[in-house]
Amino acid sequence: MSEQKKMAIIATKGTLDWAYPPFILGSTAAALGYDVEIFFTFYGLQCLRKNLDLQVTSIGNPGMPMPMPMPVLLQALPGMQWMMTTMMKSKMKSKGVASIEELRELCQEAEVRMVACQMTVDLFDFNQNDFIEGVEFAGAAKFFEFAGTADITLYI
Amino acid sequence: MASFDQELDASGLNCPLPILRAKKAITQLSVGQVLRVVATDPGSVKDFEAFCNQTGNELLESGEEAGKFVFLIKKS
Repeated sequence: MSEQKKMAIIATKGTLDWAYPPFILGSTAAALGYDVEIFFTFYGLQCLRKNLDLQVTSIGNPGMPMPMPMPVLLQALPGMQWMMTTMMKSKMKSKGVASIEELRELCQEAEVRMVACQMTVDLFDFNQNDFIEGVEFAGAAKFFEFAGTADITLYI
Repeated sequence: MASFDQELDASGLNCPLPILRAKKAITQLSVGQVLRVVATDPGSVKDFEAFCNQTGNELLESGEEAGKFVFLIKKS
């Protein structure tokens, strides 16, 4: 199937909000018939862990809509990140937005290939068993093997 | 509204779930069969048009019914 379109993504972020784009675009592209490979590196590795614990924070992100104005120092108080993550998750649920777990499963079902950057796996002392089944472990050259012939390449 | 072979209720689901569910449902149909999709996501109007353009399935109808978006997709 040489005419099949291909999409390559580099996923570098490990927060709840930034985990969405790679999995939304990956699963949708697969549904449209694309061959998809996502290369997870640095904090993006969090998206591949068996036990997902992705959080969201407003600190350093003045663009996040808040229910009420809140000084940055208050946002930094203990428990605030947990509270914001909880609020974000319940908001998403009420709007019919899929969870990361669900989108990740849909990607797996659609045979989206997920590659974990071996260098950063070592760097952060992760173990291959920390990650979900089916993840491949490789380096930059592996990314180029696929991305070199891809129609779309995204850095997220 | 024309007849259909299978129906998918994607009400309350947000992007990209209506498309992903529809794709899964279409996979189970035979060529020529029609899937009816009901959705509430306003983005789905453009998305189903784009989905059909790219997958080659035919969008027979796209409209609104009782405040919901309804699509008829024929598998090619």
